[in-house]
Amino acid sequence: MTKPLPDAEDLLARLAERMRACVTADTALIGIHTGGVWLAQRLHKALALRQPLGTVDVSFYRDDYGSRGLHAKVKPSDIPFEVADADIILVDDVLYTGRTIRAAMNELFDYGRPRSIRLAALVDRGGRQLPIAAQFVGAEVSVADEEQIELKKSEKGELSLVLNRQAPA
Amino acid sequence: MTGFNPQLNSNGELQHLLTIEGLPREIVLNILDTAHSFLSVGEREIKKVPLLRGKAIFNLFFEASTRTRTTFEIAAKRLSADVINLSVGTSSQSKGETLLDTVANLSAMHADMFVVRHSQSGAAHLIARHVAPHIHVINAGDGRHAHPTQGLLDMFTIRHYKKEFASLRVAIVGDVLHSRVARSQIHALTTLGVPEVRVVGPRTLLPTNVSELGVHVYHDMAAGLNDVDVVIMLRLQNERMNGALLPSAQEFFKYYGLTPEKLGHAKPDAIVMHPGPMNRGIEIESSVADGRQSVILPQVTFGIAVRMAVMSILAGNA
Repeated sequence: MTKPLPDAEDLLARLAERMRACVTADTALIGIHTGGVWLAQRLHKALALRQPLGTVDVSFYRDDYGSRGLHAKVKPSDIPFEVADADIILVDDVLYTGRTIRAAMNELFDYGRPRSIRLAALVDRGGRQLPIAAQFVGAEVSVADEEQIELKKSEKGELSLVLNRQAPA
Repeated sequence: MTGFNPQLNSNGELQHLLTIEGLPREIVLNILDTAHSFLSVGEREIKKVPLLRGKAIFNLFFEASTRTRTTFEIAAKRLSADVINLSVGTSSQSKGETLLDTVANLSAMHADMFVVRHSQSGAAHLIARHVAPHIHVINAGDGRHAHPTQGLLDMFTIRHYKKEFASLRVAIVGDVLHSRVARSQIHALTTLGVPEVRVVGPRTLLPTNVSELGVHVYHDMAAGLNDVDVVIMLRLQNERMNGALLPSAQEFFKYYGLTPEKLGHAKPDAIVMHPGPMNRGIEIESSVADGRQSVILPQVTFGIAVRMAVMSILAGNA
């Protein structure tokens, strides 16, 4: 029996406070579809950033395309600022294996050479398969391998975390 | 649709793209949505994604084409695939090799995908039936039968400018008889729920059974274009005409060539499309082809994104 998941709104507030001291008005945020985009929209407002918000869908850069094919609901990536020389913070909901972040970084470099990329994640569940770490984390949680943490958004825009048990493959 | 569809694998996913006829609507929409995401790849510094790295795509064109072959080649390269173009004039076919032997030999060179254009209807189907299960086939035009990626890029273009299909009136004008493009467009428009599809042309250039496809038939431009949202002009296919179907090209232009006056019967915000290559002064006047309502060049750009979508969906459905 795992502990209940923390409240997503509390974690988001904590994440914003942790980032506040480390950003300037020119820091650029890029949310990773879909949960990361919701978080990035909220953080962008909370931190009063000047650069327009970017979004990426990493489907064209995933390393499991060969085994799983193309994701059915690919969304367009939209990076409305100059990536070259930008200080970027990638935003994702759940940091796990690190493969999504690897894919997102590869995609960013096809837009230009950023000065720096940092990573913000609402929750870090461990289990990394690549040498990737987040600079800003809402909370570390531990869940079983077969469990999946999903960020949900209510009609009012309220965020919450839910635990799904994956069907055995 | 019931029964066996050679384009789908056992999971109902797209294995080959041979024709739009009988394709589930969700698959068509998924291709258009995916193409939308690929569109922005063409606008950035590095216009490439790594999806098809290490895959070998053979462009097998047994019939001349510049635009289609080039846009397939660009699409494959933007997906990071290796592209091999086979030129017809020097191919083994001229030495007597059969189509299937040519394909078997290219498969032995570890091909992952064939993009096939052939003057014989059914050539791509024949290849798809005989290749190994991991190889995908895209029909890039077979005889008078189908040209599915052109049909799809036309739907992408219509959706781009008109947003949705449910209230549209679309006219397809000219040489429908010889046009595989028109057949693919009609199937696509019907699949996507366009309520009124019209074909407009002289009796000699409309197939006798065309109304069985669910279209309205017109022989007069003023009536046929009246109040339409989209005008699709077809190329007059002189090279496919045997015998005298038309008195002359000038005569055709007089009655069916798209001029500003004839276009005036359509809605003021109607778009004008053409699959190319255009015969200026035969099916379309230059002032219309280059005019405010023309979306003929955007069609070409969208064609790259649509072909990227088709290739990456197919190659991902192992």
